[in-house]
Amino acid sequence: MQNLVVYIVALPVIGVLINGIFGSLIQKKLGEKVVGAIGSGTIGLSFVLAIIVFVRMLGEPSDARSHVVEVYKWIAAGNLSVSVSYLVDQLSIVMLLVVTGVSFLIHIYSIGYMHGDRGFFRFFTYMNLFVFAMLSLILADNYLLMFLGWEGVGLCSYLLIGFWYDKKFEGVNITWTGDAGMKAFIVNRIGDFAFLIGMFLVFANFGTFNFDSIFGTASAHFATGDPTVTWIAILFFIGATGKSAQIPLYIWLPDAMAGPTPVSALIHAATMVTAGVYMIARSSVLYALAPAAMTTVAIVGAATAFYAATMALVQNDIKKVLAYSTISQLGYMFLALGVGAFGAGIFHLMTHAFFKALLFLGAGAIIHALHEKQDLRDMGGLKSLMPGTYKTYLLACLAISGIPPFAGFFSKDEILGRAFANSFILWLLGAVTAFLTAFYIFRLFILAFEGKPRFDVHHIHVHDAPKTMLIPLWALGVLSVIGGWVGIPAALGGGDTFDKFLEPVFENAQAKLPTIFFMNASTEYIVMAISVLLGVSGVYLGYVAYLKKPELSAKLKKSVGDLYDVLLNKYYVDEIYQAVIVKPLTYVSERYLWHGFDEIVIDGSVNGTGKTVRFIGRTLRKIQTGFVQNYALAFVIGIIIMVGYLLLSVGAFAK
Amino acid sequence: MFETHLLSYIIFTPLVGAVLLLLVRNETIVKSLSILFAAITFILTVVLYLTFDAAKPGFQFVEYVPWIYSLNVAYHLGIDGISLLLIVLTSFLTLIALVASWSSISKRVKSFNFFVLLLEVGMLGVFCSLDLFLFYIFWEAMLVPMYFIIGIWGHERRVYAAVKFFIYTMVGSLLMLVAIIWLGYYASTLPGGTFTTNLVELYSIAPTIPLGIQTWMFLAFTLSFAIKVPIFPLHTWLPDAHTEAPMAGSVLLAGVLLKMGTYGLLRFSLPLFPESAFKFLPLMAILAIVGIIYGAFVSMVQKDLKKLVAYSSVAHLGFVVLGIFAITVESIQGSVIQMVNHGLTTGALFLLVGMLYEKRHTRLISDFGGLARVTPFLATFFMIAMLGSVGLPGLNGFVGEFLILVGAFKSDFLGTPAYAIVATSGVIFAAVYLLWMYQRVFFKTVDKPENEKIKDLNVREIAVLAAIVVFVVWIGVHPITFLSKSEPAVKALVDTMVKAKVGALGALR
Repeated sequence: MQNLVVYIVALPVIGVLINGIFGSLIQKKLGEKVVGAIGSGTIGLSFVLAIIVFVRMLGEPSDARSHVVEVYKWIAAGNLSVSVSYLVDQLSIVMLLVVTGVSFLIHIYSIGYMHGDRGFFRFFTYMNLFVFAMLSLILADNYLLMFLGWEGVGLCSYLLIGFWYDKKFEGVNITWTGDAGMKAFIVNRIGDFAFLIGMFLVFANFGTFNFDSIFGTASAHFATGDPTVTWIAILFFIGATGKSAQIPLYIWLPDAMAGPTPVSALIHAATMVTAGVYMIARSSVLYALAPAAMTTVAIVGAATAFYAATMALVQNDIKKVLAYSTISQLGYMFLALGVGAFGAGIFHLMTHAFFKALLFLGAGAIIHALHEKQDLRDMGGLKSLMPGTYKTYLLACLAISGIPPFAGFFSKDEILGRAFANSFILWLLGAVTAFLTAFYIFRLFILAFEGKPRFDVHHIHVHDAPKTMLIPLWALGVLSVIGGWVGIPAALGGGDTFDKFLEPVFENAQAKLPTIFFMNASTEYIVMAISVLLGVSGVYLGYVAYLKKPELSAKLKKSVGDLYDVLLNKYYVDEIYQAVIVKPLTYVSERYLWHGFDEIVIDGSVNGTGKTVRFIGRTLRKIQTGFVQNYALAFVIGIIIMVGYLLLSVGAFAK
Repeated sequence: MFETHLLSYIIFTPLVGAVLLLLVRNETIVKSLSILFAAITFILTVVLYLTFDAAKPGFQFVEYVPWIYSLNVAYHLGIDGISLLLIVLTSFLTLIALVASWSSISKRVKSFNFFVLLLEVGMLGVFCSLDLFLFYIFWEAMLVPMYFIIGIWGHERRVYAAVKFFIYTMVGSLLMLVAIIWLGYYASTLPGGTFTTNLVELYSIAPTIPLGIQTWMFLAFTLSFAIKVPIFPLHTWLPDAHTEAPMAGSVLLAGVLLKMGTYGLLRFSLPLFPESAFKFLPLMAILAIVGIIYGAFVSMVQKDLKKLVAYSSVAHLGFVVLGIFAITVESIQGSVIQMVNHGLTTGALFLLVGMLYEKRHTRLISDFGGLARVTPFLATFFMIAMLGSVGLPGLNGFVGEFLILVGAFKSDFLGTPAYAIVATSGVIFAAVYLLWMYQRVFFKTVDKPENEKIKDLNVREIAVLAAIVVFVVWIGVHPITFLSKSEPAVKALVDTMVKAKVGALGALR
């Protein structure tokens, strides 16, 4: 009965086919509601099936929960043979539930959000296609099928960022939403380049892409620290920095906010961008053999978490704040993976999916109500105008700030605890980030909901979101509160259920990690207390600076001076990339390769040959004068030369 | 009886059609008749495909009729899995090209259809010939109709492009002719040997030619093929020919004619002269990856849609050449399927650009913008063809590129993964030039009033493109249907090369 998994993947495809081919017709004849129902219904069914699979899995002994379902043989040539087959185990079921569940809610929300859009059917087609690709990614039992999903989600991201392709969007060298979509696709492809090379290395060494065979024989192939396995791990991680927006390939994510807000919630916050985290967790065995790669992951993760949080502090576009926040939170997940806390990384992936999806959907409700206004400086006072959105938003903000007992607290705390046991500096970065996170999110919250409205209340009549949008908000709100309870640590009297559930997946990797993690109870409490304290003070400072004493925020801005502009302009990294890579590349291609090499050197020589031949022809024509005497003369000269040559060659003149 | 002469039926059905055309006056009947014959040919190739037994070794559907007794030249046909795929591709694309040109050719309709069918005869003959002399005749025969197709029905600079195309190709093929005669002569100098152009016999004779002479022959053949492919830096005829040719011409030029070069490398250059091939392998691999990067960079800055697609062929064929010279089953299988892929996706892109030109009479990227709203069907098909070309997994291009790269990465013949690594960067650049073009043509808003009135695809155009998309998806989702046909032939070739390599090493010791 594991075959249910096939239906879970197939259902979104059915949605794609129906809405993709007949969607335009259905929308015209039967109305957009039908399109929306097909789009959400297929995902909802997938979610139900996923729950069934999950419940069945719980009935199995914990060491027999991994199943492979082969569908058909996909590519075969020489020694290479790859199947479309799905691996159902504890890790993929968690992802499956998160992806189908959150997707379902966001699909429902989109029915309300996209109401009246002429591309309604196109939207749902792309969204269903995205879910299909994401499911392929997480269920694949080999790297190649995973790559199919990996590229597939990238495609959907591209299509959906540029969904309103005739809309302008501001950015560095970006004027249209499509430019932002293109940027996302290309930056991701840079990561994919590394991912591909990593896959080639895997195939050259293992002769297969199959997870079971690779992970089963990895330690037989490589000793810990072997340069080849380190390369594989690093290359995979570079791939992950693309998809999961880490330094140095994070630059596409803020611009990805050009897409409709449900897209930002689903693809650019809750699911797709976590693909890199999932991929590395899946490859945990390889990483365990490559300590240098693990360290790299941890450092890049922590650095990204901090770096992105600083940029989130000053952004004025509500979605941009959330985008940098997402980058930062993903950094936490990589930090977790890097210090060997794979379970914690996935745990945070899950809780983050709940509260970040909610933060985005809430933002979408606000943007909707304010007629497409996204600037925090034009908001304010929405508390009383949009009570439903306000209440759910507060839950999400508390969750991301790491305030107990909200979901984010448990996952973030676990990561920080493991980081502390590993390296003080990594922990410090993470802890400071926790403070910054609480601060920027409550800055956002207060600017949006508290105070007096800063928009024109006479022209914009704000209503709370309709039911199709509010219900998903509340569902995610509940999950933002209780979602972390599955992972309450032993220190707080919990059972650490989440980690225990995933343990069989990571036990091979854990066995190879050099230090088994121990931290005495009192240290654990202290670390926990510090992170709570930092979260609370971040919230408090945000509250004071933006509500109680607004002059404080102005003062703050002044005191940091130029740094504020640097942050607002995102450290000018986009401009630097533009000047260092993009401009020279197009210049050289046009000036030197095309006009220079092709047109002058090659065609020049080809046309030159033509000209030479014509010149010779013209010259030779002059010899053909038509006078017999001239020909006779040439004839005689020719004979003399030939005879002379013959005589010379037989040595007639030799002494 | 039917099956023993199936190849002949396939090759000459279009010829019969071409001759019949001459008897008809009415243009609609001319067009219908040529489509009918192209369709019959296609159906015959499908029958061929279905009856072809991949498990059987060697050539199948062999026909042998002595022709010029004194030179041992014969009408000798036969196919293996590699030629099989290209034959089906040829008949498919010819049919597509004819249907697509229904309304785009307005002058001298009869001659146009006549030349296209004649071209098909030449192309099919090339892929079926097992006699070098016969091969050469088909090879040259196909040059003439193409010359006229470009020269008569092309765009503004058609004469320049046609002449350039003709001369470039001619130079190469003359050298090949010399090498063919030389080969035949060499066979006659062997004890008990006679002059022969029989490919099957030459497979065992040619590799024994002393390396010095063999190298010259390898170069003569390979140069001819390299021009056709085209391999960098012999590519400059291509952008002109592709751009100036009418839609059907571009489709067949890119879809089939270029493959004759890579097919030649597989069929002749490698197995006939393995030792020389090893000698030039690094050079060929370097030229291949230069082509990949160079083609992409130059595509990126093109202002003319058609020229952009044309330059992208240089990059795509670079992958194919790399796969061939990596000499692994994976990479050559990738190259074979990539030949088909390129025919489909680039063919589709040329069709789409041609359709756009027909509607708007411009090919300049900057003249467009916002077409996704005006012509949603055209935009959708363009997107799919583009994604196939970019190598998106699930569509056709990925299968070919991936197999080529993974094979090249671990190739013992190349000896280093460096080639594959550099070539892989091509996947980034392919995305850059295609997506950027798409952005400027289809996204943004319509800012020119002329573009408001562009008509979307009609039913005929949709049918043509949908037929291609079926295969684009099919190869992406279930490539084994096609890969399994060519696998034994490719394996045999790689085995030959490995044996030759071992032999060469033995000789050195």
